[in-house]
Amino acid sequence: MLISFIINGKQAKREIAPDTILLDLLRSMGMKSVKCGCDTGNCGLCTVWLDGSPVLSCSVPAARLEGHTVTTLEGLQEEAAAFSRCLADEGADQCGFCSPGLIINVLALEREIEDPDVNQIKEYLSGNLCRCTGYQSQLRAMMKYFGKSQE
Amino acid sequence: MYTVKHYCMASSLDEAYKTLQENRNNILIGGNLWLRMGERRVNTAIDLSGLGLDTIEETDEGFRIGCMVSLRQLETHEGLHEAFGGLFKKALCPIVGVQFRNCARVGGSLFPRFGFSDVLTAFLACDTEVELYKAGRKKICEFAAMPVDRDILTHVLVRKDHRKVDYRSFRMTETDFPTVTCAVICKEGRYSAVIGARPGCARLVEDVPLDDPQDAGQRAGFARKVAAGLDFGSNMRGSADYRRDLSCRLIMRCLEQLEGEVPGR
Ligand SMILES: Cc1cc2nc3c(=O)[nH]c(=O)nc-3n(C[C@H](O)[C@H](O)[C@H](O)COP(=O)(O)OP(=O)(O)OC[C@H]3O[C@@H](n4cnc5c(N)ncnc54)[C@H](O)[C@@H]3O)c2cc1C
Ligand code: FES
Ligand code: FES
Repeated sequence: MLISFIINGKQAKREIAPDTILLDLLRSMGMKSVKCGCDTGNCGLCTVWLDGSPVLSCSVPAARLEGHTVTTLEGLQEEAAAFSRCLADEGADQCGFCSPGLIINVLALEREIEDPDVNQIKEYLSGNLCRCTGYQSQLRAMMKYFGKSQE
Repeated sequence: MYTVKHYCMASSLDEAYKTLQENRNNILIGGNLWLRMGERRVNTAIDLSGLGLDTIEETDEGFRIGCMVSLRQLETHEGLHEAFGGLFKKALCPIVGVQFRNCARVGGSLFPRFGFSDVLTAFLACDTEVELYKAGRKKICEFAAMPVDRDILTHVLVRKDHRKVDYRSFRMTETDFPTVTCAVICKEGRYSAVIGARPGCARLVEDVPLDDPQDAGQRAGFARKVAAGLDFGSNMRGSADYRRDLSCRLIMRCLEQLEGEVPGR
């Protein structure tokens, strides 16, 4: 089946199978920031935006994309730089495998909630699993990025 | 991993229902989170996302929630928040993460009647009816007890009735499946409770006597009476006895919250 959609601001058309999953489609298009960390809907590493909202691309049927807009981290390079610096400053990118999923989710939080409180920050953080950090450094990075005091 | 032969973007509920009945391996696709983890060989996946079923309509009487509404829409809806004191936020926030709840839908969460369901527990705590394409409207209690057939859940109707509800769940670790889910309802001075993840499907226990909710002994008695009316089972998350004790504890905490004895979580 043929679908047409917008990916990172550009119109695209692709022939897909009825069971193609968005994650596989994006990787086949060269978007390697989108990774599969669990395949069970738990880890958040495959996060992309669908019409501006963060979703798990490992679960979205590609057939549903017709007429919709997808954004991956490749399309958000400039916006991502400032939070990436916070992650590095707080020592929160150890192996770095989880970082793309977290970064794009944090940018979604920034767009959804103007001045998130610590609970809203934690709520967003809980969707991204990390094997290395224990989440404290990531929480510090998010608090710093959103200009929150660390007490 | 499942496979899908054909994809049908339904243009009407009638088409969706007819396609669903044509073949045992034709299935409805909601958020696809649960489905895709199975090994099913799907013939036709039927997608309802083109039918405008992704909205929450609010009137003075209540809410009409389409089956393709996401869990995140439910938890962030101001009207629902106001009417049920944060019930949906408390129930849904512990489910995995924001991205997950943007994907998971009301229809896919309720129709399978999962034993562990926070979603079913929350709707059982309200005056809720489900609208099924073929079977028509059913009280949520009746729906919860019905066998899972091949109907389509199109809408969920929730009435505003000034009830007070508090919700708690116990999880071994944050964002895990719940070991027990619990809601306590106070309506016109009468108390009821819903307990889910027993690990069976959530159940409503209605109008259990509680004369003085300020009295800790009476609250404990209420919790024991609710638990006594339910069967509990064991699985990897806990034994039947553990679940019974946990349920009593959660019921008491909900009652304390409702009576304003402890500050909110
Ligand atoms: C890793 C993981 C953790 C989870 N943790 C929790 C938790 O802690 N608490 C909790 O409450 N839930 C939890 N869930 C369940 C989750 O919230 C959803 O309920 C579940 O994923 C199904 O929703 P879906 O929209 O993805 O449905 P799908 O996977 O698309 O569909 C599920 C089933 O419902 C059918 N269906 C879909 N829509 C309809 C409809 N309108 N009418 C009739 N049938 C329909 C489908 O054919 C399918 O059989 C978890 C799920 C996963 C995968
Ligand atoms: S790969 Fe999608 S949530 Fe882990
Ligand atoms: S830094 Fe290694 S998984 Fe998060």
